[in-house]
Amino acid sequence: MSSIIVENLTKKYGEQRAVDNITFEVQPGEIVGFLGPNGAGKTTTMKIITCYMAPSDGSVTVEGFRADQNPEEIKRKIGYLPETNPLYTDMPIIDYLRFCAEIQGMVKTEIPARIRKMVEVCGLGYERHKKIGELSKGYRQRVGLAQAMIHDPNVLVLDEPTSGLDPNQIIEIRKLIKELGKEKTVILSSHILSEVEATCDRILIINKGKIVADGTSETLRHQAQGQELLSVRIEANDDQVRKALLGLASVEKVNPMDSKPGFYLVQSKPDASSRKAIFDLCVQHKWYLLDITGIETKLEDVFREVTN
Amino acid sequence: MDKIWILSKKELASYFDSLIAYVMIILFLGLSGFFTWLFGNTIFLIGQADLQVFFGISYWTLFFFIPAITMRSLAEETKSGTIELLSTKAVSDWQIVLGKFLAALMLVAIALACTLPYYITVSSMGPIDHGATIGGFTGLLLFSAMYISIGIFSSSLTNNQIVSFLMALFIGIFFHILFDLISSNMTGFLGDTFNFMSARTHFESISRGVIDSRDIIYFLSVIFVGLLLSESMLSKRNWSHN
Repeated sequence: MSSIIVENLTKKYGEQRAVDNITFEVQPGEIVGFLGPNGAGKTTTMKIITCYMAPSDGSVTVEGFRADQNPEEIKRKIGYLPETNPLYTDMPIIDYLRFCAEIQGMVKTEIPARIRKMVEVCGLGYERHKKIGELSKGYRQRVGLAQAMIHDPNVLVLDEPTSGLDPNQIIEIRKLIKELGKEKTVILSSHILSEVEATCDRILIINKGKIVADGTSETLRHQAQGQELLSVRIEANDDQVRKALLGLASVEKVNPMDSKPGFYLVQSKPDASSRKAIFDLCVQHKWYLLDITGIETKLEDVFREVTN
Repeated sequence: MDKIWILSKKELASYFDSLIAYVMIILFLGLSGFFTWLFGNTIFLIGQADLQVFFGISYWTLFFFIPAITMRSLAEETKSGTIELLSTKAVSDWQIVLGKFLAALMLVAIALACTLPYYITVSSMGPIDHGATIGGFTGLLLFSAMYISIGIFSSSLTNNQIVSFLMALFIGIFFHILFDLISSNMTGFLGDTFNFMSARTHFESISRGVIDSRDIIYFLSVIFVGLLLSESMLSKRNWSHN
């Protein structure tokens, strides 16, 4: 059974459609990353999944409960870190975590141990006696993560979980999310592409309220790439090389690289590879083939392509 | 119920942490004590062992203090965005509103409990009318609960605490004196209606020691309407088309 089912979800703000008829499912133990430019509808979708807002149309089912019928059950099963990470700044960290645990209906006797665990996991040890208002942004983010995970929810919805963290913390949090994702369902949003690529099993690219791409980072790259692109370095007469390369059956385009003399960018025809042909060509002409590298499409390129 | 209690415990703690509770209790005791014992038409001039003077003063001090207590309840949550945090926890909007209501009511009850020495002092000076005293405190609690409910509703309308404070006073002043004034200029059905709407009428009748079901029903209905409106303001985000 899918952990999260979103069907034909639409959210209108006045005339504007923040989320426009999107449908997707998330399986248990899957880490899904929402990618998209600002205002694409990532946060709105998350707010609807966490039962903060009702959709204008469509339905959300989390762990078998419908959002419009059993919001309380869903809320108990979800840990949510909102984008702005709002916190009660006048509360001490421990009191705040206890409050969150109690309000989520945890058994009283389990709470102290769970708080200790969260303090340790989120690296709050040194700061644990401070009030939240006295913490730096990075530490507040950790408190936000701790409160989301405190009741050991099956589903975690994290809106930009690593914003405001330093590089070490980012790596730690990513590791933590990967760890959690082994048994729990995680949805996270980010505009850091490398982060989504590093942590998520699956990527949903959302643009203008619609899902424009859905798949693992490899499939997305593969889709976007389509044609093979090679960077080739051949030491020989420039004109001859270009003509000879263009003469190959599998090659569509050849461009010399401006920044590096002797390098050529060779684009093959769809579903063809020119690697072997180029090698044979060099052997035939007795040219030195110094370098031949496939250029991978980066997720950035995929992102730009589908959101522009 | 469990959830409401957890919420109100947290609210009450934040009243004390932010000093609001202390300021409110000290000011309330100071003002009501000053006018009850020291200045003006004090308890000693009446020549009767009762707390009517104190109830009359509290009727006004609480009127101003309660909006100050409730003004931040929902306005602050909306402004700082913590309402999103709270409403995505496993609680309903009703529980949030009731939690806030109960916390403010407990704070007022604590302030009123601090005036217990007044009762002890007066009862040692002469034969005190226990019925009227119990009635007076009950009346104060009911009427505080009514203003708390109005205050929470005002707080749900805005994310600005000052606006929320003034709005609570504005709505409150109708119940406090305006309906009474209007009814005194009218006769017949309208006069009776406005007279029934006035909190003063019901408060005075209760604080005489007569606990009438009509008075109780009056206060409970205003409280209920206030809370109902607050809850609908809070759940407005859930309306499909807004």
